[in-house]
Amino acid sequence: MQVTSSVRPPLVTNGKTKKDVTNDICKQVEGPPSTAWKISFTMSLIVLAYGGYCLWTTWYVGIGMWGLNKTIGWSWDITNFVWWVGIGHAGTLISAVLLLFRQKWRTSINRAAEAMTIFAVICAATFIIAHMGRPWVGHWVLPFPNNNGSLWQNFNSALMWDVFAISTYFTVSLVFWYVGLIPDFATIRERATGIRRVIYGSLSMNWDGSAKTWSRYEAVSLVLAGVATPLVLSVHTIVSMDFATSLIPGWHATIFPPYFVAGAIFSGFAMVLTLMLVVRSVFKLEDYITINHMESMNKIIVLTGSIVGIAYITEFFIAWYSGVPYEKFAFINRAFGPYWWAYATMMTCNVVSPQLFWFKRVRTSIAWTFGLSIVVNIGMWFERFVIICTSLHRDFIPSSWSYFSPTMYDVGDYLFTFGLFFTCFLLFAKYFPVINMAEVKTIIDSSSEKK
Amino acid sequence: MEKGKNFVFGVYDEETVLMSAVDQIRSKGVKIHEVYTPYPVHGLDNALGYKYSNLPIAGFLFGICGTITALTMMIWMMGFDWPMDIGGKPYIPLPAFIPITFELTVLFCALGMTGTFFVASNLNPWSTPDMFDPRTTDDKFVIAFDLASNKKDSAELSSILSESGASEISTKSIAN
Repeated sequence: MQVTSSVRPPLVTNGKTKKDVTNDICKQVEGPPSTAWKISFTMSLIVLAYGGYCLWTTWYVGIGMWGLNKTIGWSWDITNFVWWVGIGHAGTLISAVLLLFRQKWRTSINRAAEAMTIFAVICAATFIIAHMGRPWVGHWVLPFPNNNGSLWQNFNSALMWDVFAISTYFTVSLVFWYVGLIPDFATIRERATGIRRVIYGSLSMNWDGSAKTWSRYEAVSLVLAGVATPLVLSVHTIVSMDFATSLIPGWHATIFPPYFVAGAIFSGFAMVLTLMLVVRSVFKLEDYITINHMESMNKIIVLTGSIVGIAYITEFFIAWYSGVPYEKFAFINRAFGPYWWAYATMMTCNVVSPQLFWFKRVRTSIAWTFGLSIVVNIGMWFERFVIICTSLHRDFIPSSWSYFSPTMYDVGDYLFTFGLFFTCFLLFAKYFPVINMAEVKTIIDSSSEKK
Repeated sequence: MEKGKNFVFGVYDEETVLMSAVDQIRSKGVKIHEVYTPYPVHGLDNALGYKYSNLPIAGFLFGICGTITALTMMIWMMGFDWPMDIGGKPYIPLPAFIPITFELTVLFCALGMTGTFFVASNLNPWSTPDMFDPRTTDDKFVIAFDLASNKKDSAELSSILSESGASEISTKSIAN
């Protein structure tokens, strides 16, 4: 029995039944890969291979391969790290925060957004490990009993907090994602035969769908959402403290935690949109990921984009109002110094362009949304670059002022993460159910369009 | 699945029919073995008389373990095992311990609670699932009766199922 609301737009269109949900989503997993998928996958692998070469060289020779100098000791590596972690935040936000707020539209997009989170955090971790310079001693960041002079980690350091925050975030996101996947793996298992049945059977943990198990599953999901919500806020807060707890003008700002969290949600939603618009058209999922979903995400983008805009303006105001000459110089230099072009790109992409989403025609247009989602991601990369690089490049002694130019290894390591991200995402999209079937079925009776 | 048991089960097509069937069957005093659904049906656990899961309590206790682990670890390392003078700050700077304490609380809570869920619901890659009908992972619902725990015989239970709106009725026995 299907009921159509006269107030809310339907979340699933074209009279899909629960059986259609199973068939439409499982079809992607069961059929042979499409030509579009094969081409994309090959391209991802090529990028991964080239990036892999650059990353290997960076590890083998050292981070001297990057364009860093004595003044600018942190640049693309940490920019890319913060960018990827930020992107990762939308997945948890969609699955946890929107679950707590009972936003039913999350059901069609949460699975892919969570997958995006996990892959984005892996990409972010690549830069943490790469910028250590000696990745083979990367485990030294963990507090384990050792003979290295009996020294323990410094738990006063925001970088140490980051180790715990990022690894906890990755683990909890993975657990949350996997728990959600279990019932859907069971659906695929019951349709599969042979070796596929064995594999999906194991992945489904032999789920039987009994009322008792569902009841526990819901309790677990709710508590996981409850702990993941403060977690997602804490992670980017701690990432921002990598900068905020330092004494560099331009970094040393108490506004950073909320400003970074808003920026993370902003860029994450943009990346979800970029991916989902491609997935919906390649896998023909237009009835599940509708214009309505896109519009809801665009509304969040305009909100968070405006918060980010206010943060930029506040930083400037405080730089002047504080009366600190160094702070004032850092900001004037940021906007009008040698990196004015990066600052202008950031302002245009992050503050001006999302304001177009106030127009319904723009936020319901696929072409506009796709274009603007990419613009936002470019803008958010520049935001991190501007904060990191422009605050460093003109330090307290004018004789050591410098400029950062990336080498092919800076670019290559960044490309590596793109290759890695898209390889993982394409494998996920082909072999895992891209939409949470069980959750979409719960809204079919109440929120779908009648046949 | 328990071995050597005989079951009668009915397949239902609609969630609403299933919900009224559960109420109808329980009012007749018939003991339901279990209900199988393709998605979480809101209110079904209440209708079946299941009490709310204790898993959140387990999650809380695991979380407390995480808090204690984090604080003990950091206080012992920085305060007692190898005190370091870091910018003249206290050896046990509690405010600086907040982020890691929080992270480990969340980590222990999430892993512990999910692990408990897997153990409690017997979810693991090697067990055999209790599947009465493969369509319960698609769009059908199943109510199953265990003959051993009901006084009524198979025919009576079948008629109760069909009266309550089951579209198909079948039996399943699992030998030892």
